[in-house]
Amino acid sequence: MDCIRLEYDVDGENFSSAGNASESVKRTLKQMGVSAASVRRVAIAMYEGEINMVIHAHGGRAEAEIYPDRIDIYLKDSGPGIADIDLAMKAGYSTATENIRSLGFGAGMGLPNMKKYSDEMRIDSTVGVGTTVFLRINF
Amino acid sequence: MTIRDVVKLLNAEILCGAEHLDTEIHTACGSDMMSDVLAYVKDQSVLLTGLLNPQVVRTAEMMDMLCIVFVRGKRPEQPVIELAREKGIVLLTTEKRLFVACGILYTNGLGG
Repeated sequence: MDCIRLEYDVDGENFSSAGNASESVKRTLKQMGVSAASVRRVAIAMYEGEINMVIHAHGGRAEAEIYPDRIDIYLKDSGPGIADIDLAMKAGYSTATENIRSLGFGAGMGLPNMKKYSDEMRIDSTVGVGTTVFLRINF
Repeated sequence: MTIRDVVKLLNAEILCGAEHLDTEIHTACGSDMMSDVLAYVKDQSVLLTGLLNPQVVRTAEMMDMLCIVFVRGKRPEQPVIELAREKGIVLLTTEKRLFVACGILYTNGLGG
């Protein structure tokens, strides 16, 4: 099936620009006439993922494939990896530093939020190699 | 109420978005934790916060919020104001503390 592919570099050194990719995807979906509720689910799930990449993994690559009925998002980083995915998925669990918390993040809600707002989520992670998060959101 | 009413009730200063003051709003939330805003907020149109970084504006943008009120007399730096202007989000600043500002708006009919 034909799809629209969007790709972004997520800059891990620049906290201010985190969210650029999600905003671009949000704008594209809006222009395509996707419902506001679906657009918001995509925006929040992807934004949390983007923030995670910046906070934990020095950035990475975000790819989105937009189909008529859904969006598939791949967030790929070469960060430290997640040792215990079940633990990381627990609401409130976070390895973020005090500095990140002072910026309003690191409450341990990122991954749970991504799960909450997506229809499918998969995490492939190898410690010392990196993490790929797959998100699917049906419109 | 409208954003103009928020300005009056909180004796707030408009930092940007003066052209959107007549926009109707029905609900608000107050938090310094953007993760919690993303987790728990549903359809709120005003965010009251003491946090000043650009991710406050981005969080509001992701949630389709219309107005951010900075409490305790806080003012974001110019790039944050520019980002909000670009997104069409109204920025206000009030001397009132978070609890008091939320209380005033709630008492005057804004929902949670």
